[in-house]
Amino acid sequence: MIPAAFEYERAGSVDEAVALLGRDEDAKLLAGGHSLIPTMRLRFSRPSLLVDIGRLDDLRYVRENRDRIAIGALTRHAELIRDPMLREHCALIGEAAALIGDPQVRHRGTIGGSVAHGDPASDLGTILLTLDAELVARGPRGERTIPAAAFFSGPFENALEHQEVLTEIRVPKAAGTYLKYVRRAHDWATVGVAAARVDGRVQVGLTSMGPTPLRARSVEDALADGASPADAAAHAADDTMPPTDATASSEYRAHLAQVLVRRALERL
Amino acid sequence: MTRIALTVNGSRCEADVEPRQLLVYFLRDQLGLKGTNVGCDTTSCGACTVLVDGESVKSCTVFAVQADGCEVTTVEGLAQGDELHPVQQAFHEQHALQCGYCTPGFVMATISLLKENPNPSEVEIRDGLEGNLCRCTGYHNIVKAVQAAARAGA
Repeated sequence: MIPAAFEYERAGSVDEAVALLGRDEDAKLLAGGHSLIPTMRLRFSRPSLLVDIGRLDDLRYVRENRDRIAIGALTRHAELIRDPMLREHCALIGEAAALIGDPQVRHRGTIGGSVAHGDPASDLGTILLTLDAELVARGPRGERTIPAAAFFSGPFENALEHQEVLTEIRVPKAAGTYLKYVRRAHDWATVGVAAARVDGRVQVGLTSMGPTPLRARSVEDALADGASPADAAAHAADDTMPPTDATASSEYRAHLAQVLVRRALERL
Repeated sequence: MTRIALTVNGSRCEADVEPRQLLVYFLRDQLGLKGTNVGCDTTSCGACTVLVDGESVKSCTVFAVQADGCEVTTVEGLAQGDELHPVQQAFHEQHALQCGYCTPGFVMATISLLKENPNPSEVEIRDGLEGNLCRCTGYHNIVKAVQAAARAGA
């Protein structure tokens, strides 16, 4: 399976990448390539121009920024796992990154690429939504910050405009956990659950329970009203649209979400 | 065509490649290094695992142009003359293979694993090799080989 032919340009800076994207409306960014290249090989995706930003090492970092942690978009999953700052202040990111794919995938895949690809079964999107992260994008008109709640708009769709490059992700310092159920090694989540304590409030997010990462608002509200983890978790599938596919039925996913939310809340 | 220059098994090479050329086919078809196998072709099985700048990657999911300027190591680059690399030696001694198709990928993944974690537990070995599949179900001896290689300080 060989991808369709495309033009290739390697960007030397974010601004150059923005300009190159402007050259072709079918252009796509290439970071680690571990979501994009498989879809190109299956010809689900046939960009006419790939703008390679994989060498922009100034977008590979984890930094403390007052009460938040700033993560460069090209930080690889393997780096998220071993980063001491994240381990201390936002451990669930590394915990989730360790569950993505396998070691080879984690050596190449990046947090920005994963989030921008927008697979509803990907883990990091759920984490960012749960944490109320902010996503920083640079485009032809400068930089803007997008709240995670406004970022994910559909399966493989997000708020980035064609010429915008995701450059940084900002998360609060928060205790949290991520549970992922898979039936085979290095598979996508059948269901994933993130739970975190953000500014004293427990926030819960779901993977593979709808066309985008979702927040389990009914669970959060029940907890805020004093419900036990088990009682709150009974609301885990409220307002979700879990798909039926070869891995699991919609009903099974709804059940699994309740079990995993209860476990995550008990661990928190 | 795009001009790339990289180091493969210690030798510098330059080549013109189509941007869509995958690293595994560049290694096999343009450089003739056929030790790296294509298995599933979908980033699952790990048969095509090579090292790029010392880290294991699945070469069916990397474009050759992305390896421009990098150091690539394939299974052909491991032995010193007639002397096998300690990980190859351990796979040989522990009989960690049956048909052998997955073996080059397992060896490269093991080298990367032991670089990151020189003394892995059995669970860490099994998790660390989850990106590689053996359809002869030879995992038991593969784990023993990795343990032996770790003891040998590979």
